[in-house]
Amino acid sequence: MSITDFVLAVEDLTVSFDGFKAVDKLTMYIDKNELRVVIGPNGAGKTTVLDLICGKTKSTSGSIKFKNQELTKLSEHEIVRAGVGRKFQTPSIYENLSVYQNLEVSYPKGRGVFGSLFFKQTAEVENRVREVAAEILLSDALDMEAALLSHGQKQWLEIGMLLMQDPELLMLDEPVAGMSAKERDQTADLLNRICKNRSVIVIEHDMEFVKKIAHKVTVLHQGKILAEGPMDKVQANEKVIEVYLGH
Amino acid sequence: MTGTMSKILGGREGAIGLAVLALLILVILPLSLDLFRLGLVGKYTTYAFVAVSLVLLWGNGGILSLGQGIFFGLGGYLMAMFLKLEASDPISTKIQTTPGIPDFMDWNQLTEIPLFWEPFNSLPLTILAILTIPALFAYIIGFAMFKRRVGGVYFAIITQAIALILSILIVGQQGYTGGVNGITDLKTMLGWDIRNDGAKYVLYYVNALLLIGSILLSRYILSSKFGMLLLAMRDKEERVRFSGYDVSNFKIFIFCVSALISAVGGAMFTLQVGFMSPSFVGIVPSIEMVIFAAVGGRMSLIGAVYGTLLVNFGKTMFSETYPELWLFLMGGLFIAVVMFFPNGLAGVWDKYAKRVGFIRRIMEGKGKADKTSADSNTQGAKA
Repeated sequence: MSITDFVLAVEDLTVSFDGFKAVDKLTMYIDKNELRVVIGPNGAGKTTVLDLICGKTKSTSGSIKFKNQELTKLSEHEIVRAGVGRKFQTPSIYENLSVYQNLEVSYPKGRGVFGSLFFKQTAEVENRVREVAAEILLSDALDMEAALLSHGQKQWLEIGMLLMQDPELLMLDEPVAGMSAKERDQTADLLNRICKNRSVIVIEHDMEFVKKIAHKVTVLHQGKILAEGPMDKVQANEKVIEVYLGH
Repeated sequence: MTGTMSKILGGREGAIGLAVLALLILVILPLSLDLFRLGLVGKYTTYAFVAVSLVLLWGNGGILSLGQGIFFGLGGYLMAMFLKLEASDPISTKIQTTPGIPDFMDWNQLTEIPLFWEPFNSLPLTILAILTIPALFAYIIGFAMFKRRVGGVYFAIITQAIALILSILIVGQQGYTGGVNGITDLKTMLGWDIRNDGAKYVLYYVNALLLIGSILLSRYILSSKFGMLLLAMRDKEERVRFSGYDVSNFKIFIFCVSALISAVGGAMFTLQVGFMSPSFVGIVPSIEMVIFAAVGGRMSLIGAVYGTLLVNFGKTMFSETYPELWLFLMGGLFIAVVMFFPNGLAGVWDKYAKRVGFIRRIMEGKGKADKTSADSNTQGAKA
């Protein structure tokens, strides 16, 4: 297996469910500080790729290297601790906790049983919570119960929970689904800000949104890569128009 | 108050709640009840340990164990083994075929004390066993279940099966365990007669203080980051896992703590009631204890104690007059609580009593709501 400069090197990744290959010999490299958008029709295997990278699904064959460390052998929490954060498609936050607590719980200290029992809420933790809250536009909602947030705010909160961990690779599954136009713009700004010192993979369907954020686009179709490159090139690609963009 | 102290006490509101409970069980009940009724309270408060453990495990952790009787029973049996050995001295058992061994062993043709009974000649070893064996057993069950991500209903059913297996095992191995009668005729602890009036008062107070200690320990756990993670896990387990936590370790730990607290209750039961039997191990007591916690409020440590006391007094009163109706009433009570008051008595208290002006003023302190109590509310009514 190759040693690379890439943050993430996915090589020959395959997963089959009862013979159906949801991801088929996928090879993909993500650069440092790159924001990559993965698009493709329903069932193309986009979410499965993220599941494989973060350890939710185990691969059948192939390799996933994060900073040259093999991820396929690690368990979910070890992958997170290595520096990979993942946001789920539907906002996945702790509704019974306040916004502040949601962020605090995600702070990457006191992750063991005893570490959490004796975890101290220091000024450092509080500063970090407030800093991230400002980033995700929720400074005024810190004391609010997370269940009371709007759908868009919940999406931001989950992104914030990931930012608390300061991951080097952030994976977002449809971050603007269900958002208003204004919220979409704000999210685009947010993503453009946070990819300054980390790599980001985004799955998205909204082409206007993709144009605003993508450095490079990967089009998946039936578990394989159909096209890859800058947005304008991909949009002009005939195969892509045929299976996905054209109606 | 320092930060940790205020955390353990649960802010002003938590401290008042605990003080009222302490006043009730340490002063009011001992002064107003005769020794027989007080003995009943003592017995019920040993069940309250289990209810408190279920608030941790079920209310906060979302892990429903229908087998807490396992740990209550283990604690009780371990204590009973020590007391039984002490009660079986050669002089008081001289009419047996083999004097100096527990009576039920003699009835079952055993001629010497089995090896696993030997450590229970020592009180320190017995106490150590009570504090470790049930927790260790919980660790084994928890490790086997949670590492494989068995949860929810499956976990509840498996714990129930284990409770049943254990009670069948105890009944079946009569020569080693006393069988269906349990371990009876317990008399003294290190020569101190546990049956006389003075001893009953002492044991009642030891039990009450241990219960308050368990509540304080639980409060500490719930107010730490661990407690927040419990709620988070109950809500969105995947999110916790994908935030870098090994979820199974947290579940195993809280299961072990709940086993430990239940076991202490079981040991205190044996000391106060003077016997232990398989009827406190199996499915029925395990489920009853879940009902105690549900009636009191599964999110409220103190509510669980009141729930236990109320349901048991109800049981005593009704089963004295209408023994055959009690089980129906208990079932009805459970259904009513689940349907109308999902947060139990504690929920009713939070919803209605706090609207009454003077109660609110006392709880919040001169009209200004201090931050600690507001925090504890959002964390799910730790009082």
